[in-house]
Amino acid sequence: MPDRYFNEMYHDGAVRPPYEGLEAWARDMPADLRGMKQSEAEKLFRRIGITFAVYGEGGSPDRLIPFDMFPRVFSSAEWGKLERGIKQRARALNAFLSDMYNRGEMVRAGRIPAHLVYQNDAFEMAVTGFTPPGGVFSHIVGIDLIRTGPDTFYVLEDNCRTPSGVSYMLENREIMMRMFPHLFQQNRIAPVESYPALLKRTLASVAPKKCEGDPRVVILTPGHFNSAYYEHSFLADMMGIELVEGQDLFVEGDFVWMRTTEGPKRVDVIYRRLDDAFIDPLCFRPDSMLGVPGLMNVYRSGGVSIASAPGAGVADDKAIYTYVPDMVRFYLGEEPILQNVPTWQCAKADDCKYVLENLAELVVKEVHGSGGYGMLVGPKSTKSEIELFAAKIRENPSNYIAQPTLSLSTCPTFVEEGVAPRHVDLRPYCLVGQEVNLVPGGLTRVALNEGSLVVNSSQGGGVKDTWVIAGSH
Amino acid sequence: MLSRTADNLFWIARYIERAETNARLLEVGARNAMLPDTGSGRGNRNEWESVLMASGTKARFDAKYGAAVERNVETHLFFDADNPSSVSSCFNAARENGRIVRTALTTQVWEALNTAHADLIDLSRQERSSLSTTDLIDWTLRTCSLIRGAGLATQLRNDGYDFTNIGHFLERADSTARILDVKYYVLLPDVAFVGSGLDNYQWRTVLRAMNATRAFHWAYGGEVTAAKIVDFLVLNRQAPRSLINAADGVLHHLLRLETQYGRGCEAQTRARALVDKLNRTTTEVIFDKGLHQFLREFISDVNALGGVVHQVYLSGESR
Repeated sequence: MPDRYFNEMYHDGAVRPPYEGLEAWARDMPADLRGMKQSEAEKLFRRIGITFAVYGEGGSPDRLIPFDMFPRVFSSAEWGKLERGIKQRARALNAFLSDMYNRGEMVRAGRIPAHLVYQNDAFEMAVTGFTPPGGVFSHIVGIDLIRTGPDTFYVLEDNCRTPSGVSYMLENREIMMRMFPHLFQQNRIAPVESYPALLKRTLASVAPKKCEGDPRVVILTPGHFNSAYYEHSFLADMMGIELVEGQDLFVEGDFVWMRTTEGPKRVDVIYRRLDDAFIDPLCFRPDSMLGVPGLMNVYRSGGVSIASAPGAGVADDKAIYTYVPDMVRFYLGEEPILQNVPTWQCAKADDCKYVLENLAELVVKEVHGSGGYGMLVGPKSTKSEIELFAAKIRENPSNYIAQPTLSLSTCPTFVEEGVAPRHVDLRPYCLVGQEVNLVPGGLTRVALNEGSLVVNSSQGGGVKDTWVIAGSH
Repeated sequence: MLSRTADNLFWIARYIERAETNARLLEVGARNAMLPDTGSGRGNRNEWESVLMASGTKARFDAKYGAAVERNVETHLFFDADNPSSVSSCFNAARENGRIVRTALTTQVWEALNTAHADLIDLSRQERSSLSTTDLIDWTLRTCSLIRGAGLATQLRNDGYDFTNIGHFLERADSTARILDVKYYVLLPDVAFVGSGLDNYQWRTVLRAMNATRAFHWAYGGEVTAAKIVDFLVLNRQAPRSLINAADGVLHHLLRLETQYGRGCEAQTRARALVDKLNRTTTEVIFDKGLHQFLREFISDVNALGGVVHQVYLSGESR
């Protein structure tokens, strides 16, 4: 059974090189010290206020995401390949968006069905015919990856709208450095701390032409009740920019202004952490109190840049996902470096038939779902759960896709009894502006429950610091 | 800075000040309850009614609790989430405002606010009988000092610092004036009665509520009289909670804003007028006019000034 999964540290009876610096550390750590460090880490997280909220569960909205001190490690050679693949995919996704909102060449060429794009809920009519500065629609691309073997990585999904979690990448590292300084002295771990500066540079690089002088960049948050509010304020702080809510902005004379104690100040770039539907009540949901009336007009007339562009979500839709490798070939003329997970689309009759016949082996997801909700993990479900789910699929097949149960790699993780393998995934954050950047690291999520393959924080998932060892193979 | 940020900073300071005022009122009530009532000749003094009046929440209290006994007043002034100016409500509101403007606070200030919130959760889980009033008061005063001290030591001296202080001094001006006002009827008839053998514990109560008993004696010495108390709490610049000190503070920070922004507004004019008025006043003038009348006018001036500060800086509406 353990052999089914690729263990990132122990392989073929030996410690894999990237993890060599950790073996003695983990082995020699006394249990009481481990307990002390773990509670120290928790106290640190609590004190800096890094919490997340789970919707619909009641109780305190402020919860800590469990942090596991055992790092997840890549050699720089492994990372190099991932980096090339991630950047390639981010560029292809942006080329796709730029194309879909303009000429639609990929549809014309018959390489992707028109209805999947144009009838997609995430497709925004308001953006058609518009090309944002640099042709960039998705400025922060979060690509969720899983590993199944020494050289096999798969892309699980793309996040082109507003991927969250990067604050954990940064804070996990800060806390590890604070608790285990000697690990950082003994191992050459590539720093990730440049992320906020890179993000700011990326956002400034897509300022509209009408911008005069240094672009004024702001983060637009739905407010402090949002589950990711900590991250919004953290990023604003690290970048030294204002964290605004919709009520702080207004539109006047072709520009967006922010309300300050010194009167109105013009805003050039908005990094919004707000769904499309809420950003402008005049254009999208009229009942939204979170957005800025008239924002889309200013956007379309080049008075302000929005990151990510409204409508960018069409590229990370689960139904579109299947076509991403083809986007790489179509727009970049390259072979995709990162592979997709084989995916069956229930919208297709043949696929649907296969899915219904093999539900017990498959993972089925809602096309528009997120956070691990509304999904079926076949091998972990009872017969009646499977039957219930089958009925849902038959009712609305196009709402579902299915993938094989993936053998997510494992990484050693501190558990009650010591150290044990737990399944992990990886979300790196790729920045796309005038240039494409990726810091060496990302967010490793870990399924803390034994045997569990679900890494979502809302369902027993935790996080780990993610290392790339400089100059290693 | 964002008007909303300034507004939140302004209110954090007001809430902290308000929490402290409540703790001091609680202390006054608890202390008086330990003194024998020489007037009626029976039982101990009951000052809880006037404590509630001074906190401005008497009507709310009466509706919810009825009898003004220590346990109820303590619950009301310290724990009650239904009372928006209870110590708990103030700290929670301050922390919530702090969360909204996290980027405008230093780690130290945020941690002090966050710790207060965590402590309150712990306190609310403890058996009430295990918590003494003194402990609750001490905790509150210590926490207020910690939050303010963290701000003093670490906050950037930018416009946000000024808005914080304007909130702090406006709230202080308002609370000193209100506490004095609740007791004006005690002070008023005695202006010509200097050196009387009247029981003046209520005056001491006022001083105690302002944490100024010892300071008062250093500054004046001798007999406690109405004129001295009024002079100390209204016109003496050495007294940290005096009205003139609070008005000075508001003006000082408004003038700093004027310099930073390169322009002033009606707020500076009004604050200057407020300070001028106090500068020209004497205790005789105040008593001639009537302390109550004087304080009402002062409170209304302070409110008007707060309104202008809101309109010009905090609402985001000015151009």
